[in-house]
Formats: sequence, C-alpha cells, structure tokens
Amino acid sequence: MSALVQVKDLAMRFDVSAPWLNRVLERKPRQFVHAVDGISFDIPKGKTLALVGESGCGKSTVARLLVGLYKPSGGSVAFDGRDTREWFGAKDSLSLRRRLQMIFQDPYASLNPRWKVAEIVAEPLTEQGLLKEPNAIRARVAELLSMVGLNPLDGAKYPHQFSGGQRQRISIARALATAPEFLVCDEPTSALDVSVQAQVLNIMKDLQAKQGLTYLFISHNLAVVRHMADQIGVMYLGRLVELADKAELFANPRHPYTRMLLDAIPDIHLTGRDRVAVQGEVPNPLNPPSGCSFHPRCPHANERCSQERPALQEFKGIRVACHAVAEGRI
Amino acid sequence: MTTNNKEALLQVRELCVEFPTRHGVLKALDRVSFDIAPGEILGVVGESGAGKSLTGAALIGLLEPPGRVSGGEIWFEGQRIDNLGPAAMRALRGKKIGAIFQDPLTSLNPLFTVGQQLIETILAHLPLNAAQARERAIDLLRQTGIPAPEARIDQYPHQFSGGMRQRVVIALALAAEPKLIVADEPTTALDVSIQAQIIQLLKRVCRQHGAAVMLVTHDMGVIAETCDRVAVMYAGRVVELGPVQQVIHCPAHPYTIGLMGSIPAMDEDRERLQQIDGAMPRLNAMPSGCAFHPRCTQALPRCKEALPPLIDVGATRTACWLHHSEARA
Repeated sequence: MSALVQVKDLAMRFDVSAPWLNRVLERKPRQFVHAVDGISFDIPKGKTLALVGESGCGKSTVARLLVGLYKPSGGSVAFDGRDTREWFGAKDSLSLRRRLQMIFQDPYASLNPRWKVAEIVAEPLTEQGLLKEPNAIRARVAELLSMVGLNPLDGAKYPHQFSGGQRQRISIARALATAPEFLVCDEPTSALDVSVQAQVLNIMKDLQAKQGLTYLFISHNLAVVRHMADQIGVMYLGRLVELADKAELFANPRHPYTRMLLDAIPDIHLTGRDRVAVQGEVPNPLNPPSGCSFHPRCPHANERCSQERPALQEFKGIRVACHAVAEGRI
Repeated sequence: MTTNNKEALLQVRELCVEFPTRHGVLKALDRVSFDIAPGEILGVVGESGAGKSLTGAALIGLLEPPGRVSGGEIWFEGQRIDNLGPAAMRALRGKKIGAIFQDPLTSLNPLFTVGQQLIETILAHLPLNAAQARERAIDLLRQTGIPAPEARIDQYPHQFSGGMRQRVVIALALAAEPKLIVADEPTTALDVSIQAQIIQLLKRVCRQHGAAVMLVTHDMGVIAETCDRVAVMYAGRVVELGPVQQVIHCPAHPYTIGLMGSIPAMDEDRERLQQIDGAMPRLNAMPSGCAFHPRCTQALPRCKEALPPLIDVGATRTACWLHHSEARA
C-alpha cells in the first residue's frame, strides 16, 4: 500500500536579495535562503509523522508547502498518489483542498476576531460548497464543536471570549469541518500552558483514533513529539538529518544533532543533573557552512564533514545523513 | 510562620497586589509568602495568569500602574523595601537586586552598544572610573561565555543572536554584584539547545557570585534541574512550596499533581496525558474558597467555603483542605 502523502526532494528557496537599485548601485549579488533543501518522506494513512528542530530549520515551511500555501521551488509532493502541484492548479482543486487542512500555532492570530465562532467553523463548509442549507450548516457546526469538547451554544460567541486552549479547539473544529484525511499541525500547542496542552493533545489523539486521521505534527518540543508521533524526522537548516520510528529514535539516536537535542531536554525526573552543554548556535541560513551544515557544532566532525555533504542513507531501518555514522565512527 | 528569620536574604510576607478597575478591585496576588536564603535558587512555577511574573515585578518595585501592593511586607537583608520611595528603590534595584527578563531584545536598548549599557550600569552602582568600568564590562562578558569580548563590547544588540543577547542581559544583571537576581522566564524565548547553555550559565555565575535567584518559569523541566526549592502558584496564591525533589516526586496539592501528570514524559509511554479540565479562573470571577475547587477532582464541601491555609505536609507546605483531617470528616 502506498503512503497517503509522499514527499520527494522537496525544496523551497526564498529570494532575499536587496532591491534592484541597490543591487545595481552597490553591486550586491542576488541572495537566496534555502529554507527547505531537498527533503523526502512518506506518511502512511492513519499515522503521525513529526518534524522537530530548532527555530529557522524549515519545519513550518514544509507545513506550508504541503497544504499549498507556498509553491515548491523543487521536488514534488504527492497526495493519494497524485502530484499536488498539478492538482492545486487543476479544475478539481477543491477536491484536494477539502482533504487536507492545517492548524496554526497561534490561536489568537488564526481566528478572525470579528466573526462569531459558528461563522468561523462554517466558513470551510460554505466556501467549499459542501452544505448550502442553513439548518444543515448549523447542525454540522454544532456537531464539530461538540467533537472538540466545546458546547454547541459557544458558536454564538466571539473568539475573544475563549481562553487559548478553547481557541485552539475552535481551530481544530474548523480544520475538521470538511472531514479531511490529512491534517498539518504547525506547533499546535506551543502557545498553550501545559495543563491545557494536555487537553488539546488528548483531543487530537482521540480524533485520530476515531476518524483515522493522518497528521504531520510540527513541534520543537521533543516530549510532545514523543507522545504524539509514530515516526519522527529531525531537521537542521532545511535538511532532514534523521528519520526513524519513534521508539528507535529515542532509544538509539544516531545523528549527533539528534543526540544533542535529546541531551538538551530538561528532564523533570533527574533533578540537579547538568544538561550536556551544546556548543555553538544554529548558523545563519543565508550563509550555511560547507559540507554537512552541522559540522561546526559536531563533536565527531572531521575533514570530510566540512567538505562533502552527507546524503540520507538507510541503516537498519533508520535513515541518517551523517558521514560519521556511515563510516562507523560513532 | 516564622516572622523574623535572620538567615533569609529575602522575606515576603502576606504580599497582596491589586488592580483597581472601573468594575471593582481585582486581587492579582493574595497573601503570598516565601523566603529566599542567600545563594539559594527558588523556582516559581505556574500557568499564565497565576501571578508569577507579578510577584517578581512587585519584588523589584516595577509593578505597572494601576497595579499596587495593597498589603503585606517585603524584607530584604533585614530592611523593609516594599514602602521605599522611587529613588531609594532605584538605588537598590541593579545594585542589590538584579533582574533578567524574558525577551532579551526588548531588555536591551537598541541605540546603545552593549558596552555603553554595561558601563552605565557599573558606573551607576560601583565606585570605579570609566577605564576600570570598561575592564569590568569585558570581564563580565567573558564570564558569561561571549567569545572575543574585547571586540563584541562595541557592538549593538542587533548584532548578537538570541542566546548571546541573553548572556549580555545576564552580564548586565550581575554588573553590580547583586545579592538577589529576579529572573523572569529567562529561557522561554530560546531554543532548547541554547536554553541548556543559558541555564548552566545562570547556575554557574550565580554560584560564583554567591547570588540568590528567584527563577520564574512555566517550564517544570527547567525548575527541576536548576532550583533548590519551588513555589507552585495558582490564581494569585502559593498552593505548594517545598524542596524540588519533594514537589516533583510526591506533590501534595491536587493542582501540582495534575500539573506534573500533564507534562509529556520522556521516559515512559502513555496513551493519554492526564489533563486538568477547565481553565484557570479569571480575576473578576474568582471562585469562593479554594480557587482550584471547580477543577479539582477531589474537592470537599469545605473547599467551596473557606480558603485553605498553607500548612506543613511532610517536607512541603501545601494549601489544601485534603490535608486537614477535620475537613475530611
């Protein structure tokens, strides 16, 4: 069985050049940021793939590429076997758009403050022309609101009358309105407090179990990812450095960056422990290091790492992009 | 409760903060009491709106009007500081009490170099001349792990990355050798790998300088690896206070228990996270009795009626009627 979502060599390049006049007068070159630089993964139906990484590693760009908010500058995304680039432009693009939806990070910014909750949740239904009858729309909105643990009467309120966790449930209800199969969740809980985060994560897991949803779950919090994901992809400066099953990744992380991330997590059960200090910071994506982009921070880097970029290779079910792992040095 | 503990560096007694509004007075902090010993790191943890940052702001006299201290006392090195005038408070703040805020970009002035800001602080509080102050500024930057401090000192904040900026802010807080540092969410704006560096740095330099720290954060992991004791706040009150190990491994208050259960763990797999239903009450709709009772699964009739006092339960102090035998009956 082929995967629901297949991403192959996906790339996104942003033009960040100075304005034309400055380029001419000051002889500045054109500049590009390679926000996503050739990544490939599959997500089987009903499963969750999580992408983790630090700010600026390209996680959110991947999310936006998958739902068609950006057009990829290279590579392809196939949904249910059909290329989405062609599909988004085709006459039947609505049939794709209703099958994939997105939940955004900030529930304060992603809901229109001037609309009532019922209107917000109903928008995808009317926009897609799924339901026309006002009574049917009202019934569906009530159903969606109760699905995420809100009261159907809450539809008459405005977003500002809700707390952060409740607003995030409203955006989940809106995303579920068209009965999608694939949900892209870009840091859905990072703006929430832990006790509320637990409520939202539980709802997302319940919905997945009930409706067989497929998730792309993006987060910088490895503990949350561990709770939600089946497979985990670790990103660094626009590239996938490790892709593995959850259990394998946590039990036996291979890539030095993954190890570093795992070591950096504060653990509430080992009090007084010093975290392994990680040296250095994420380099400027405008001017990434040569070879493996992690080599300036990597304790295992050698000559080859600074010159040759490692490819994602398979080792016993894990895919890792690292010369040291390939050579058996670590 | 001990009223005059000689060993404590800072004593907060029954501190109340309120905000007068058109619709009545909102009580944001309600009888908060705790001590900080010299060199100790006290964590203050809680969700948004619990009053953690407000407690920190009240300590350093930076409450935003119309917020005001409406009751209680704050003692620092045997001196009462909650009734000091603005000038006396300014002399104390920076000299004896340093502050680190969440966002390192907004706590530095973008129009001055890092060196100018450090030197200004040093000259304001220490009897040094300009050359000595610059020397000390470079030394502080070196201690906080900034590479090539001689060159970096003349750069502007925008030339530093987030983690480096937070190091500068820590250097700034340490500039006048304060006895106490109030750190309000110092690592929340940073990535995990940088967070680990900053926490280690904070621990190391505070130990070297013998400074006590009040670390305000919502991240239990940061508390666990950094603090000696922790105060858990809920709806403007301290609900549990005790040694970190104790609070994390055997929490006594139902809110703390729920909070610990809702954190996804790294070392065990659970199908569902334990969740606390509902949300923290708003200040204008505070429930009667214990503010947590509408969300508490074990609430007793007594919880709706009366506010539980903070009492000793084992090694920690907890404000919960469940630990009063007469309330259970």
